[in-house]
Amino acid sequence: MMGKDFIEKGRYGTIVKCAEKTNLNTATVEAPVIVESKKNLRKSLTMVFGCTLLGATAQILIKSGLKLLPQHAGLFELILIGLTNWQLMMGLCLYGGSTVLLVLALRYGELSMLYPVIALTYVWVAMLSLIFFHESVNIFKATGLLMIVGGVCVLGLSQKK
Amino acid sequence: MSTPNSSIALVLAASFIGSFGATFLKGGADRLERNFKSLLTNWRLFAGVATYLSSFLVYTAGIRNGELTVLYPMVSLGYVWTLLWSRIFFNEPLTKGKFMGLGMILAGILVLNLGNK
Repeated sequence: MMGKDFIEKGRYGTIVKCAEKTNLNTATVEAPVIVESKKNLRKSLTMVFGCTLLGATAQILIKSGLKLLPQHAGLFELILIGLTNWQLMMGLCLYGGSTVLLVLALRYGELSMLYPVIALTYVWVAMLSLIFFHESVNIFKATGLLMIVGGVCVLGLSQKK
Repeated sequence: MSTPNSSIALVLAASFIGSFGATFLKGGADRLERNFKSLLTNWRLFAGVATYLSSFLVYTAGIRNGELTVLYPMVSLGYVWTLLWSRIFFNEPLTKGKFMGLGMILAGILVLNLGNK
């Protein structure tokens, strides 16, 4: 049951649980199948969208926290200073939060459908970096970013069954 | 302010380390049973978390200097590694679509690097 079939099914979080249940107890356990409905898809897409916003904000907070660290300091000193840096800590919390939200979203939707939304994070981080850190933009950066976003979308959608 | 090559190297290294995190977690999750003991004795899960943590530390060292517009998208190289490991360790098929996606990501990273002046 750990074969290829199981791994393939593993993309749907809910079905994995059924497989585990039937494995532990005998065939008497009824497998509760959650029908992949439009409502579930919308729910997971909304959650993943929130996840990209959280994740991008986390990146900006972590970067601005890192900027405040002294350039020349020992590792131990850096960790101590980092622990008292609110941007860094807040960024870490949001980062963790976005990961939890992603895992929750995966319960309702297929990962391949969520990839294109996840790729939005790259766009948000770039936009926020322009606003908050006054980073430069040029045609190569913009094209490279779009190619990566497109690549992640293609990658995700090609895994659709 | 442009992005030093050392920062780019650190972020790419972090993506490499992080891809092993996903691989360990997947291997651990495949062997997980519904009891607490199997969770605690599952070394692959712990290795996955430890690998992710070290990948994050290398990443923060990388983005300390340089621009996020260049460095953050380079994290996507992790997708390329992960697909390679899932082919090798989990025998997942490498389809035409996946190849195309990988190619676009790799080309995107190269183009992005050109924009780093």
